[in-house]
Amino acid sequence: MADAKFFTKGKVQELREELAAADKRDTKHTKKRIVLKKIVANMTMGNDMSPLFADVVAVMQAPMLEVKKMAYLYIVSYARSKPDLAKLTISAFERDLVDPNPLIRALALRTMGYMQVDKLIEALANALQKCLADKDAYVAKTAAISVIKLYTYDRDLAQRTGLIDKLRSLLNNENSMVVANAVAALSEIAEKTPDFDMRMDFTLSSKLLTAMNECSEWGQVYILESLLYFVPQEHGDAEVVAERVMPRLQHANSAVVLSAIRVVLYMTNYILKDDIVNSFFKRIGSPLVTLLHNGPEVQYVALRNIQLILQRKPDFLKNDIKVFFCKYNDPVYVKIAKLEIMFRLVTDDNIEQVLPELKEYATEIDVDFVRKSIRAIGKCAIKIESAADRCVTTLVDLIKTKVNYVVQESIVVIKDIFRRYPNKYEGIITTLCENLDSLDESEAKASMIWIIGHYSDRIENADELLSHFSDSFKDETSNVQLSLLTAVVKLFIKRPTKGQELLPKILKWSTEDVDNPDLRDRGFIYWRLLSTDPVAAKVIVFGDNPPITSEMENLPSQTLEELFLHISTLASIYHKTPQMFIGGLRQKKVEPSAAFVFVTSQPMADTWMAMFCKLKVVSIKNHLTF
Amino acid sequence: MLSGFFIFNAKGEVLISRLYRNDIKRSLSDLFRIQVVSSTDVRSPITQISGSTAFFHIKHENIYLVAVSKLNVNAAIVFEFLGRVALIGQSYFGRFDEAAVKANFTLVYELMDEICDFGFPQITEPEALKMYITTEGVKSEKAVLEMGKQIAIQATGAVSWRRPDIKYRKNEAFIDVVESVNLLMSSKGNILRADVSGQVIMRAYLSGMPECKFGLNDRVAVEGGEHLGRIVPPTISSNKKGGSSTVDLDDAQFHQCVKLSGFEESRTITFVPPDGEFELMRYRSTNNVYLPFRVNAIVDEFADANHVNYKISVRSLYDAKTYGQNVVIRVPTPPSTNATKIKVTGGKAKYVGSENAIVWKIARFQGGQEYVITCQAQQGESNSKKPWSRPPISMDFQVVMFTSSGLVVRFMKIFEKSNYQSVKWVRYLTKAGTYQIRF
Repeated sequence: MADAKFFTKGKVQELREELAAADKRDTKHTKKRIVLKKIVANMTMGNDMSPLFADVVAVMQAPMLEVKKMAYLYIVSYARSKPDLAKLTISAFERDLVDPNPLIRALALRTMGYMQVDKLIEALANALQKCLADKDAYVAKTAAISVIKLYTYDRDLAQRTGLIDKLRSLLNNENSMVVANAVAALSEIAEKTPDFDMRMDFTLSSKLLTAMNECSEWGQVYILESLLYFVPQEHGDAEVVAERVMPRLQHANSAVVLSAIRVVLYMTNYILKDDIVNSFFKRIGSPLVTLLHNGPEVQYVALRNIQLILQRKPDFLKNDIKVFFCKYNDPVYVKIAKLEIMFRLVTDDNIEQVLPELKEYATEIDVDFVRKSIRAIGKCAIKIESAADRCVTTLVDLIKTKVNYVVQESIVVIKDIFRRYPNKYEGIITTLCENLDSLDESEAKASMIWIIGHYSDRIENADELLSHFSDSFKDETSNVQLSLLTAVVKLFIKRPTKGQELLPKILKWSTEDVDNPDLRDRGFIYWRLLSTDPVAAKVIVFGDNPPITSEMENLPSQTLEELFLHISTLASIYHKTPQMFIGGLRQKKVEPSAAFVFVTSQPMADTWMAMFCKLKVVSIKNHLTF
Repeated sequence: MLSGFFIFNAKGEVLISRLYRNDIKRSLSDLFRIQVVSSTDVRSPITQISGSTAFFHIKHENIYLVAVSKLNVNAAIVFEFLGRVALIGQSYFGRFDEAAVKANFTLVYELMDEICDFGFPQITEPEALKMYITTEGVKSEKAVLEMGKQIAIQATGAVSWRRPDIKYRKNEAFIDVVESVNLLMSSKGNILRADVSGQVIMRAYLSGMPECKFGLNDRVAVEGGEHLGRIVPPTISSNKKGGSSTVDLDDAQFHQCVKLSGFEESRTITFVPPDGEFELMRYRSTNNVYLPFRVNAIVDEFADANHVNYKISVRSLYDAKTYGQNVVIRVPTPPSTNATKIKVTGGKAKYVGSENAIVWKIARFQGGQEYVITCQAQQGESNSKKPWSRPPISMDFQVVMFTSSGLVVRFMKIFEKSNYQSVKWVRYLTKAGTYQIRF
């Protein structure tokens, strides 16, 4: 079949004539077929074929399935723009709906459901009354999905006609594919309708779990997803459900595996004994790692979810760090996701292996990945004290490569290392100073200036360096300006003779020439402080900085808890709750019940920790410049 | 769920566009073209556009398979679905590329209507689909009706992957154990990671509704005490470290025909197979990985003289009775290499400019052998010296009758009502996954 030839632009008028001509003496319908192919090809290319609507409706009754399907495809595409003509198709559909062949009945039902046109929606509601009860599972499973179509177009009608109740009763159907589609439709209704009661009891959940064994892989996913509407009333029920879901972790389809993990994690909210909860966490580890043998897209989904789980259980997968080492030909999104996991899993015991890896990554080509690798080295230094020496040596080696962005990124992280370990690594300042000219990013500049200012008593030519930076003061971004202002004040306090020339200039620029209130205010504060009480100025400017830690990147525990209910979804990939990017959705929550285990210490502590960290981040930002 | 599905060619032209929901417009495809196809820097398989709209894409051959959703959809289901579309396409057309899509576009539309309803993936088993969506076209009305009823029952049934009326004169089952061994070795010769991902591919040509029982030398199952006869003695002699070895699988995943609850309870693998070829299981092993090749690389970079010297030896560690084939070793060279000197003790090697590498091919590599390449890459004199990221040396190979994990098929039993005799064959193959040696 060389149908590629149909992909040429056709004129509506010509096609109309061809179709009319084809209708005559076309007993085998081959001519009609060819014209319809041309029309469909033109639709695909984005050419407007809607003027042909009436002509296509005229041929849709041809008793040849292929012609019928193409005509349906056409009608579905243009029904909304031709509502009056679309009505004319109703009788044809109604005829098909009583066809003895279930495939024809289902096709008619499915196609009607795609047409969002008033009269057809009513016809669909009528048809569903019968089709939901069709003895043939193929028709019934199509009907189940058609209810959600109807619901999307006209909620009132769907409720008024009692179709949703009928849909619910399909959960008892003997065919598991029908059950699965009914579950899928009900779940979507529940998601879109906050007051829709979808809660399931233990009996229904058990029934669904039994049906799942005979479902297609997609049906298994629909059933697993719906189990989040089961709120266990007893710890034992939660354990049973989690246990029954476990075999799904061996399924070849990653959606089945991840949805099963979502159910297990959800059930842990209702399981009392810690050791049982922990054993579930343990058992989901291996299947998650196995997902990394899929294509990169599925790997990415798995990695983003592993990142979430690690925030709750930092020691989860702690022996598997090697599987997260990046392969040279991994796509960059996989590499970056792995990098974060490596950082979360790095400990005293494995830093030996991790550090050479990170150094290797820092010499790769992708700039973003290289920068993140360097950041990771810096964070390792901050997280693991015993490895700080080696991390710093590695960073110095990297600076020696003189690759512009490598140098700048290294300087940014070294500033943090200086803050974490004061008076330990100042020996490398000389190396840093050799690279001043290559700095053109504001963050790197601000960091370097902070270093010079803070150690201005040990850097012989600190005044020259700062004066060099201040030449372009007015063109710099505000963080560089703030950093420079503070650095010069520090220089002046430590070595008044060296700083006395530069200080008045900077203070004048800050307070008079720059249109940034923060800078101006800070300039005035310094000015008055220095002129009224130099001793107090020293205490304040060189006051203790709050300690820097590496554990700041966790999500707030409430967000994390909510994301656990969305494992494998887009939310779990964005690391944002669904409400943050989609409107009008029901918020998923862990419903309280008699079995709900309120973990007092951990989440509360987490919440406090998260708030504390936020404060810290803010305060550090301010302090940076002090 | 999905709001729409598109296929684009490499230029970004729409080959197929199927909208499942009215919350998106056809013109949305332009955004994908701009943001992904024409972009040189795609940093995620998921592209978020204006809040709730998300594109999911995979590349297959020379086309993009793309799904759009406006809900908080299960991302794994979307990617699995896109992968399945590619698989169905291959099953129908042999190859699923731009030419195949264009030549069969009405059939593709028909399939897209069948396998996904209102964005919910439905029946996607190629075997089931082929019963009623065919390339043949016209059939007599009566036959259509009779078949329609049959098909509807089967496609929605519990064993949707198999027709009940299959007949073969000779009942045969072929089992291929195919392993990909991954290695990452540091420049100092330490193994940073070594693991195996394996597949058991079965080609079943069996009549009726056969129930199969399949056994491996899986440590958990074997030590559980089951001892049944073998069909094929393990000829994989190089794995004989300690006699009757068992293999420790980190994890295994199965085709949907396998009864998972049975595996969970007693590690037995039982199933009614689809007809023809399918992937029965996939597994992963990281313990006691037998590496087929050891590579030693000495690479000296002389920045002043603009050249790099290599001396690389490759030794096969498997049994002398078996052999590796299509062995390819890629030795990366610096950018702007303009001259090379190469000497090998076996096989053929030459510099391939487009790959920036010296490619060394050894068609047949007997066990217990060693070959050496000595070469030099001379860099052109250029002022703008780009940094060389020194990508790792990589290897490609296939070694027959050898499994890196040590996995062996212990038995395959087939039960069927009519009690026919069946013949079973097992083959083993280990190939390179990403086999990389840093230097």
